[in-house]
Amino acid sequence: MAEIVMKRVNQDKKPLNLRRRARLGETVIQALLFFSGFFSIFTTIGIVYELGKEALLFFQMPEFNFIETLTSVEWKPHVGKFGIWPLLNSTMMTTLIAMAIAIPLGLSVAIYLSEYSSPRVRSVLKPVLEVLAGIPTIVYGYFALTFMTPVLRELFGRDVVQIYNTGSAGLVMGILILPLITSMTEDALSAVPRSLREAAYAMGGTKLEVALQIVLPAALSGIAAAIIIGISRAVGETMIVAVAAGAGPNFTFNPFVGAETITGHIVRISGGDLSYDSVDYNSIFALGLFLFFTTLFLNVISQAVVRRFREVYE
Amino acid sequence: MKEKAVIQGFVKNLKARKRTGLVWHVVFQASTVVGIIALIALMLNVIDGAFGYVAYEARVDPDTLIVDGMPVEDQNKEQLVALLQSTLSSGAYNKLDNEKSFVDRSREEVYQLVVERIIKPKVVQVWKLWPSLTQADEIRATVAQDHPGAELDFVSWLTYDFVSRPQTSEPLTAGVRTAIFGSLWTILFTILFAFPVGVGASIYLEEYASDHWLNRIIQTNINNLAGVPSIVYGILGLAIFVRALEPLTSGEVFGLVDPTTANGRTVLSAGLTLGLLVLPIIIINAQEAIRAVPRSLRNASYGVGATKWQTVWSHVLPNAMPGILTGTILAVSRAIGETAPLVVVGASTAISFDPSSPFSKFTTLPIQIYQWTSRPQDEFRSLAAASILVLLVLLLTLNASAILLRNRFSRRY
Repeated sequence: MAEIVMKRVNQDKKPLNLRRRARLGETVIQALLFFSGFFSIFTTIGIVYELGKEALLFFQMPEFNFIETLTSVEWKPHVGKFGIWPLLNSTMMTTLIAMAIAIPLGLSVAIYLSEYSSPRVRSVLKPVLEVLAGIPTIVYGYFALTFMTPVLRELFGRDVVQIYNTGSAGLVMGILILPLITSMTEDALSAVPRSLREAAYAMGGTKLEVALQIVLPAALSGIAAAIIIGISRAVGETMIVAVAAGAGPNFTFNPFVGAETITGHIVRISGGDLSYDSVDYNSIFALGLFLFFTTLFLNVISQAVVRRFREVYE
Repeated sequence: MKEKAVIQGFVKNLKARKRTGLVWHVVFQASTVVGIIALIALMLNVIDGAFGYVAYEARVDPDTLIVDGMPVEDQNKEQLVALLQSTLSSGAYNKLDNEKSFVDRSREEVYQLVVERIIKPKVVQVWKLWPSLTQADEIRATVAQDHPGAELDFVSWLTYDFVSRPQTSEPLTAGVRTAIFGSLWTILFTILFAFPVGVGASIYLEEYASDHWLNRIIQTNINNLAGVPSIVYGILGLAIFVRALEPLTSGEVFGLVDPTTANGRTVLSAGLTLGLLVLPIIIINAQEAIRAVPRSLRNASYGVGATKWQTVWSHVLPNAMPGILTGTILAVSRAIGETAPLVVVGASTAISFDPSSPFSKFTTLPIQIYQWTSRPQDEFRSLAAASILVLLVLLLTLNASAILLRNRFSRRY
């Protein structure tokens, strides 16, 4: 037996090759994996190309006038009035109200969880916040319409507060964004090393002074990123405003009357039978593209903030 | 002397500082309580809407349908079928017979039809749970006064029937079966598309990709896509899946066009749109799971002469799988709750039949909730509340299974 093997080896005159062989299977698999990875690029290209293409048709319409769009306060695409302000204004209003709720509450909860609460309390509260974050936004929409709006109407009077209003949508949106800001801020606060806190305590700082003057500044980049992501989420939030903020563009600064946001407008327009290549059809692409670039811009800023201002500790 | 003054000043200051500290402690704690109250209010509000008194009037008085002294609810199936045949037009009767032969229908089903088609109860007013419990007498008095012919019942809008009945336009007989099946069909295609692509992408980025500019772009791009609003994906889905790929998504190229379908607004389009939406989330979660597999395992595998793919397939993936699955389940539960992109892609609003193929029209649970919430009548709000409970139970089951999976298979190295 052994002789046969030896013979075989001797017959095979080529020296044993230990170099990597090209394996077809491995190459094919690597190509497939690369394709999967590259797929997300297609998505981005798809968004920019498809949305851009239809948006371009919108911008090229004879009635469209760029200066008028930026100055007019009437959005009636059917009669050639393309003032963006009614939609943009209500988007900014709901976002502002939401952040007015979510930033102070979110930061307070995060500071409480990270600096004050016992591990046991935290282990109960964090899952509660996760539950809050996992509830579909349509449920928040229902909540805004059937709870927050009646509450506002009781508080401020039925004549003052309309059934559909941006205030209730904004408030509920704040509750929606609260867990997002809390969890990102809490992560940032927990990443600040213990030694910093202990040094501050050794200097005689109270708990509050340590939290606000030492830990908070050290985690500022993470907190700023959380707030920016929160804003981006509020701008793109759709179902709450679609249900509770009212139908029909309305240029107003009154949070108690109905006004349609960009996202709410897209949902209402596309909810009906939308025919291809109509003014409405093209307009939602233009608005979608605007939303895409706005949120992209905010996300990029937030990443840049983290990179630029992060305090790195050993 | 001077030292003493400093110390006294310090001590005096200390009290104020401690007081401020206490005040803020209370503020932080109160904020947390506010957050919890918001969650409780949200839940109670849904429960409040899903139960309560409902007053309804029959359009046809059941007393006129008594046969041989037997009221409708006691009649046997043959009598009920005869009643249907004599009351409905022959066209309507034959249509029902064609949908499902009366021979095959159970007595209960036929009775349901009699209620739906002949008696036609009509809701006149609904009350939420809280007033129903606290002001039952006032409610009875109001109904007796305003609607003397109306029946008043305390109902749970969430019943087994509600889950198992198809959607109808009558609040008392409407159900969410169509929507549940729509959600499941849609999610099936979301998973079929997003899971393999997502895991493939994460393997590429973690195991294969070098520090090349192209790979860095891919990574940055995925992080950014995760932050794009869901409605933008809806618009993308409308342009690509519904319109550009219509022959494919409507089943035309396979010769499988569903007779009921409208263009490309199908289960398949919706599933793929949601797939694009959750893809970045799946990739990011899977990357973390793969990163948690220790280097030593891979090195051991290379040490015995395995190729890269053999190492990934036999060692990295099995160890990362619990984490990948947990991340995928969380992404899927996000997809199940999504409403906005499906409205844009073109979910149908009123369909009463279950989807039967990838090329069927569809509606989903969140869409149904949206539809019912936007109706001004209170009875539809109650239906919305009941369907929210169904949706939340579905999501809770999914999330619980994700947590179980994480605890059952999590490993520490």
